[in-house]
Amino acid sequence: MTQAFDAVAQQSLLETRAEAALALARRLGADACEVGASVDQGVGVNVREGEVETVELSRDQGIAVTVYVGQRKGSASSTDASEASIRDVVEKAMAIARYTGEDPASGLAPAELMARELPDLDVHHPWALSTEEAVELALACESAGRGQAGIKSSDGAGLSSGEGVRVYANSHGFLGSQRGSRHSLSCMLIAEDEHGMQRDYDYTSARDPRELLAPEAVGESAARRTLRRLGGQRPATGRMPVLFDPSLATGLVGSFLGAIAGGALYRQSSFLCDRLGDALFPEWFSLQEKPQLMRGMASSAFDGDGVATRDNVFVDQGRLASYMLSAYSARRLGMETTGNAGGARNLRLTAPLESREALLARMDRGVLVTELMGQGVNGVTGDYSRGAAGFWVENGRIQHPVEEFTIAGNLATMFQGLIGVGDDIDTRGSIHTGSWLIDEMTVAGS
Amino acid sequence: MTSHTQPLLDQAAEALLTPGGLDLDALDAGLGHALGAGIDYADLYFQRSWHEAWVLEDGEVKEASYNIDGGVGVRSLAGEKTGFAYSNQITMEALAETGRTAAGIVRSGQRQAVAPRVVTASTSRYAGIDPLAGLSADEKVAMLKEADRVARAADPSVSQVSASLTGVYEVVLVRASDGTLAADVRPLVRLNVSVIAVRDGRRERGSAGGGGRHPMVRLRDEHAPERFAKEAVRQALVNLDAVDAPAGQMPVVLGAGWPGILLHEAVGHGLEGDFNRKGSSAFAGRMGERVAAPGVTVVDDGTLADRRGSLSVDDEGTATQCTTLIEDGILTGYMQDKLNARLMGMAPTGNARRESFAHMPMPRMTNTYMRAGQDDPADIIKSVSRGIYAVSFGGGQVDITSGKFVFSASEAYLIEDGRITAPVKGATLIGNGPEAMGRVSMIGHDLALDTGIGVCGKEGQGVPVGVGQPTLKLDELTVGGTQS
Repeated sequence: MTQAFDAVAQQSLLETRAEAALALARRLGADACEVGASVDQGVGVNVREGEVETVELSRDQGIAVTVYVGQRKGSASSTDASEASIRDVVEKAMAIARYTGEDPASGLAPAELMARELPDLDVHHPWALSTEEAVELALACESAGRGQAGIKSSDGAGLSSGEGVRVYANSHGFLGSQRGSRHSLSCMLIAEDEHGMQRDYDYTSARDPRELLAPEAVGESAARRTLRRLGGQRPATGRMPVLFDPSLATGLVGSFLGAIAGGALYRQSSFLCDRLGDALFPEWFSLQEKPQLMRGMASSAFDGDGVATRDNVFVDQGRLASYMLSAYSARRLGMETTGNAGGARNLRLTAPLESREALLARMDRGVLVTELMGQGVNGVTGDYSRGAAGFWVENGRIQHPVEEFTIAGNLATMFQGLIGVGDDIDTRGSIHTGSWLIDEMTVAGS
Repeated sequence: MTSHTQPLLDQAAEALLTPGGLDLDALDAGLGHALGAGIDYADLYFQRSWHEAWVLEDGEVKEASYNIDGGVGVRSLAGEKTGFAYSNQITMEALAETGRTAAGIVRSGQRQAVAPRVVTASTSRYAGIDPLAGLSADEKVAMLKEADRVARAADPSVSQVSASLTGVYEVVLVRASDGTLAADVRPLVRLNVSVIAVRDGRRERGSAGGGGRHPMVRLRDEHAPERFAKEAVRQALVNLDAVDAPAGQMPVVLGAGWPGILLHEAVGHGLEGDFNRKGSSAFAGRMGERVAAPGVTVVDDGTLADRRGSLSVDDEGTATQCTTLIEDGILTGYMQDKLNARLMGMAPTGNARRESFAHMPMPRMTNTYMRAGQDDPADIIKSVSRGIYAVSFGGGQVDITSGKFVFSASEAYLIEDGRITAPVKGATLIGNGPEAMGRVSMIGHDLALDTGIGVCGKEGQGVPVGVGQPTLKLDELTVGGTQS
């Protein structure tokens, strides 16, 4: 049950198709055009209670064309990248461009900013894995978790492995393509006591399968995370320090990035509008983007405009040093692109790191939050209010699990109130950070 | 077979099968590949969709896009096992390859025959039309410009207006080894308006929108651009005056309509068949028990005419229905697809849904709402000495195992001494599903459904849904404000 996937052949096919689409668009009268195309293939297996539950083979492809006629723009896309479909897509984009309005900011990024060097960033590590082997790994993971005393049942363990190619080309003559892979293994378990059931999970994820954690380690960790939630109480309502687990601190970085993204800024829908140069974080805190890291989860030598990616410093010693811009949003703001069309790639922070114990000791009394629920982050005002679960901390030590409470504040004050960063760095995603200790938030519980 | 069915089947076959040289008769052979040794059920799901989006910013429609998606998803079931593969080619070769892949989930056992086709008897819940047709591109652009004009004229503090108009024309065809043959043509349109208002250095957003399974022109006929623009501005202005929300446990009154997201999160997900079969839901094993206060009746109804969450047939070809989930506080039903219904010895309820051909179906909600009660909404407000009145929400989430759910208010007010007073900033409300439903103490007579904006996410798949409820009072819920 495997599918052949020749990434190199797919890459060359997509490149040919992208160039054909560009040529056609020019022939049909586009003054400028750009094409994105991708193909991804993967296998996903899920097991539950020692049995195979699902086996899924995926293969997704797509091509998207944007044409510019004067300052007007039209876009069209399809999941069918055949020659006939490309013609439809280009024609449709041209047709749409007749009805859109003039936009002085529209158009490709400046030609001189196109990436010239396209280094191999070592992000393509396909896994020659049969379905049977994938099932074995998922079963080993689940079994290690189910075997822990107190675990009632499994909500499933899953392995997914995929690789793909993406191509971006535009009428400046730029053509960039990159092959990539991603593999992950996860496990979710259920425990129960007289108060009811609790579930939690853990996972590992990497570009290279050899960098995944052992299946047993993931299963055991999922069991620990599940069991520790039993017996949760509601914390008292009040103002107190909050320690964000690393997996959630990445979300705070994500909210910050959302607020310095060009699209939010030119729409005036960010609480960080007009704050460039301001001290948003403590002086000991800096945040950098490293888009060309070898094996990085989000590494790429070019951005969604074809612009060369570069190391950016978004926060320099606490100050907002740069916004995060694409060619379009930069024009809207009268600035230069930062090579961030398509978002941020590989975020790293600089801060004095402390152990979890040291952070808990400094917190003394408050909550350690290990799960957040809901979407209660308002990017326009920075207001923050989310459902949470975690642990009650008193005298600098974890006392018992807590659940069914909210934490609330405002991101601007929370960033100012960052008083410590943990050395327990979560390296699974593209934002790497340890725990964040925030000096004071409002906890609403009983 | 009802009268509309044959034209729908013809329309679907024409759009989905003919281009790849297939017809309805050829599907038996195609299905045979997926019905390999040991497979007890297989289905083919053909889909093609045409999606159009127009986006206005700064008074101009600067962005517009068109997307064509389509293919076939092939599923093979053996007991609790599911094999799944898909292709964007709809040809006999693709059916053979994906079918063999899906059937590879088991390697041995009895080989079943494909049952002769039986067309699902169903009633069309919306017209099988292309909603994108009927309005010219210029007319679509004009609708967005109208929304922009109305929003900017409504108040001088409005500094940004964005508006979007989207429409999908979707054709699906399902053929399953149990004999099922069903086709559906599903239009879906939506208009959204979002504004930023700035006053004294303070910035707030307001947004409004809606739509359903009907032609785009209906949005114009019903003055949706003007209505949503005014509503978005009103909400932004209310939020400009909002004070910090309180923190802690207090009575909460939820307005009618979209606040029904409470039911979607607190009750709905926990009553989906898969979670109950696996025993991972806080509601598992509680059929026939009291799970909500007397007077609380909650249904999932896929049959409402032209609603965003409605379907004529679900994504397994089962006719949709109105399923009573909770009746007068007692748990009476789950939402089921074929797999979970069979394993639980129940009947499918027309709730099998999938994001697209490239996703596996599972039990999902359609339009979930609470039936009206007897109380006058004004009396409900009067009964609260100190609490919150929440009328609009951003979104919600639930942990179906612990039953904890949240939903985030985007427009709310303080209730003091039985009167609605100051607007408060958005806050997340958190509770436990069964407990919260037990604390419903007053139910208004003003049942309303939402305007057609909901998207439900489950296991990474998004599907359009509807919610609704009358004005409700919960005696106690935790409000996540900042004022403790």
